[in-house]
Amino acid sequence: MTTKLPYWADIVLVPLVSLMFAAIISALVLLSIGQDPAAALNVMVAGALGSAYGWGYTLYYTTSFIFTGLAVTVSFNAKLFNIGGEGQAQIGGLGVALVLLALPVWPHWTVALVAATLGAAAFGAAWAAIPAYLQAKRGSHIVITTIMFNYIAAAVIVYMLVDVLRPPGQMDPATARFPEGAALPTLHDVPGLDLIFTRSVPANVTFFVALAAAFLVWVLLWRTRLGYEIRAFGQSESAARYAGIDPVRTIMITMLISGALAGMMAINNVMGESERLVQNATEGAGFIGIAVALMGRNHPFGVILAAFLFGFLYQGGAELGLWTSIPIEMRIVVQGLVILFTGALDVMVRMLLVRLIFHRPPPEVAAAARERA
Amino acid sequence: MTTRSDMTGRQATAAPPAIELRGISKAFGPVQANKDISLRVERGTIHGIIGENGAGKSTLMSILYGFYKADSGQILIGGKPVDIPDSQAAIRAGIGMVFQHFKLVHNFTVLENVILGAEEGARLRPSLAKARSLLADLARDYELDVDPEELIEELSVGHQQRVEILKALYRQADILILDEPTGVLTPAEADHLFRILRGLREQGKTIVLITHKLREIMEITDTVSVMRRGEMTATVKTAETSPEQLAELMVGRKVLLRVDKKPAQPGRTVLEVENLRVTDSDGVERLKGISLNIRAGEILGIAGVAGNGQSQLLEVLGGFCEARGTIRVNGQEIDVSGKHSNGQTRRARGIAHVPEDRQHLGLIMDFMAWENIVFGYHHDPAYQKNRLIMDNAGILAEAQAKMERFDVRPPIPTLAAKSFSGGNQQKIVLAREIEREPDLLLVGQPTRGVDIGAIEFIHQRIIELRDAGKAVLLVSVELDEILSMSDRIAVMFDGRIMGERLPEETNERELGLMMAGVAGKEAAA
Repeated sequence: MTTKLPYWADIVLVPLVSLMFAAIISALVLLSIGQDPAAALNVMVAGALGSAYGWGYTLYYTTSFIFTGLAVTVSFNAKLFNIGGEGQAQIGGLGVALVLLALPVWPHWTVALVAATLGAAAFGAAWAAIPAYLQAKRGSHIVITTIMFNYIAAAVIVYMLVDVLRPPGQMDPATARFPEGAALPTLHDVPGLDLIFTRSVPANVTFFVALAAAFLVWVLLWRTRLGYEIRAFGQSESAARYAGIDPVRTIMITMLISGALAGMMAINNVMGESERLVQNATEGAGFIGIAVALMGRNHPFGVILAAFLFGFLYQGGAELGLWTSIPIEMRIVVQGLVILFTGALDVMVRMLLVRLIFHRPPPEVAAAARERA
Repeated sequence: MTTRSDMTGRQATAAPPAIELRGISKAFGPVQANKDISLRVERGTIHGIIGENGAGKSTLMSILYGFYKADSGQILIGGKPVDIPDSQAAIRAGIGMVFQHFKLVHNFTVLENVILGAEEGARLRPSLAKARSLLADLARDYELDVDPEELIEELSVGHQQRVEILKALYRQADILILDEPTGVLTPAEADHLFRILRGLREQGKTIVLITHKLREIMEITDTVSVMRRGEMTATVKTAETSPEQLAELMVGRKVLLRVDKKPAQPGRTVLEVENLRVTDSDGVERLKGISLNIRAGEILGIAGVAGNGQSQLLEVLGGFCEARGTIRVNGQEIDVSGKHSNGQTRRARGIAHVPEDRQHLGLIMDFMAWENIVFGYHHDPAYQKNRLIMDNAGILAEAQAKMERFDVRPPIPTLAAKSFSGGNQQKIVLAREIEREPDLLLVGQPTRGVDIGAIEFIHQRIIELRDAGKAVLLVSVELDEILSMSDRIAVMFDGRIMGERLPEETNERELGLMMAGVAGKEAAA
């Protein structure tokens, strides 16, 4: 405890220093392939944040990452590592498609949004329910089962698109375009914001749903009895049993919420952007959610910031591929480095800072020493 | 250094002390854990270090063992100044440490554990052979007999501790530091340990014993140093002091070592247990037909060596272990199958539980104190703002009040539970459980790892609850505690109750025999 970083350092300094490391290594990689890191950064910033159009894409990705990041955050507070956000988001997309295609025409986009959100959440939750049940009742490790369910989800989507939902005569494996009245307003269509977003952009009103979801997750985890039980269960399963917190119930509810949040990502990409369900609609956003949650310290507000960072990297990386001779793969390298430093090497950065700030042994050593107290 | 010690003949002839600390200071932020500490431990003696939790004993030993670096001061081993940056250096300087929590690999044999980290070369066989012969010598010389081929997980706690001592001796330690070594031992095992330590002393080894048990200090040490609030308050010859004096030096005020209580006034029967049986997940029967009852206004003490079913008894009564048999509380039968009951339903029946293991059961260590103060009672309508939202502000205020009433130090409800000392953590649990005014209080090891000043307070609170007409089930491995607190004593051995005694009609010897499985009548004989 004496060696713990102050709160501000923990939530601000550690991620910043981690990012700096990632940036330095990225720059070295760019130098080694004969590119100018400064110019690359320039392209990324200009492309992602330099114009309203760029912002439109950055915020679109941010929205998806907020949902998947929140999904991991909720489950991780119960120490359940839900790696299945990708599959749950894909199946959530199926839910959106089935709901929206059920009516020939939708009276208003708000009605469609509520219905599609419910469909996305229900399908995502259902997809998470099976691994959750196996964990709660059979002790099958949730990391393994959720990863397996990602593959099953991808296969289910292909089957549904090819054999069930594909309109007759259509060549590509995708659903029909969603009916009229189901299109979500983009930020360009929002009164007031249209002064900034003068062109149509992929970012849509789902962004505000995502922000609301983040706030609700915060309320859930830190203000409700259920959140109290989820966090207690996550911190100590034995203590939770002592207190009479039912582990099966807690695992199930937590994973249902987590799966629902991952599934809700589909209203952004499937309903808000492509307006039909295609293959691999999630584009790995489910996995990015893990990094987002790690970097966001499993706190909803941290998740928003981290999701924005990854949104920037996604959009900026795409611009790199577009405007420079830097291969598009470079964006994966940069993302990988950010994940490496903010996630995997977090403890290293922390120890470094502890030493710099306090000239003290890092927490692990102090903990080992305390154990004998 | 050498020139100065050569100057006076007396210093040159007298053997230098095994350990000499000069002016050691260590601060953690604003907390001065060690303040200008000087200490001499003479060669071939057993030197006790006592002090309350947080007095700085462990910090001092961590500096000696290379876990921390002192801010200032000097360490001399055998008269020579040394620098101990890490534990490897400590081992090279001849210091061995036996931790409270053993550092053993459970699925390795004794031999493999002994050479772990001290292997010579890539091939194991020569090291193992060397260790085997050395172990045989050590076993002969010091009663340190353990089967070198046995797996650690097959050994009793007492034997595991011997392996830790063997590890240190194998690394040629001249100085052995033991941190609270008897906390996990039966009285007989503790006696054996003391015989080992005396044997080591005769061979010229130096032993530093960190403990909070005054009786052990009096029994085995030659010299004792007392620490309080980071300072070394006194170093005295054990023969020239008394437990009362040591307790006063530790706490800084006079301490009541005996529990002061009036005779019990038992009322109606609160708890009736009949033929309770528990089988664990490995199919081993842990409780083999326990029957007991407790009346309002009395304390039933359960004596026994750890691991004889006391934990399971508490868990069944607390509602998180399945069992067969009958439990009645206030005349009403409660579910023991685990299907319709859990900790919540037990609490609703007026059963409060201060668990044996406060760090893994009683508290969420990363939760703040105020979050812990409602743990298990968080469904109580009094703690809700509305159907969904908890009344965090109200809980915070209540936590503040409870912490002040129970003298939790510091009384800051927003500190994480892990930031408190063992005694103060226990007070948080007690505040939570006792202030619910339960009909039945289950208490497991109430003073384990708790300092003397807090022990007195905790005992008083439990007695007060009894005097308020509540029933108390006290489980403790400390016979002193059982004898001084209980109105009736039941001894458990191997999942059974060996017999019941009244504290005034029995003694430690008789209870000790019953704890070892000698039937009641024979033990009395």
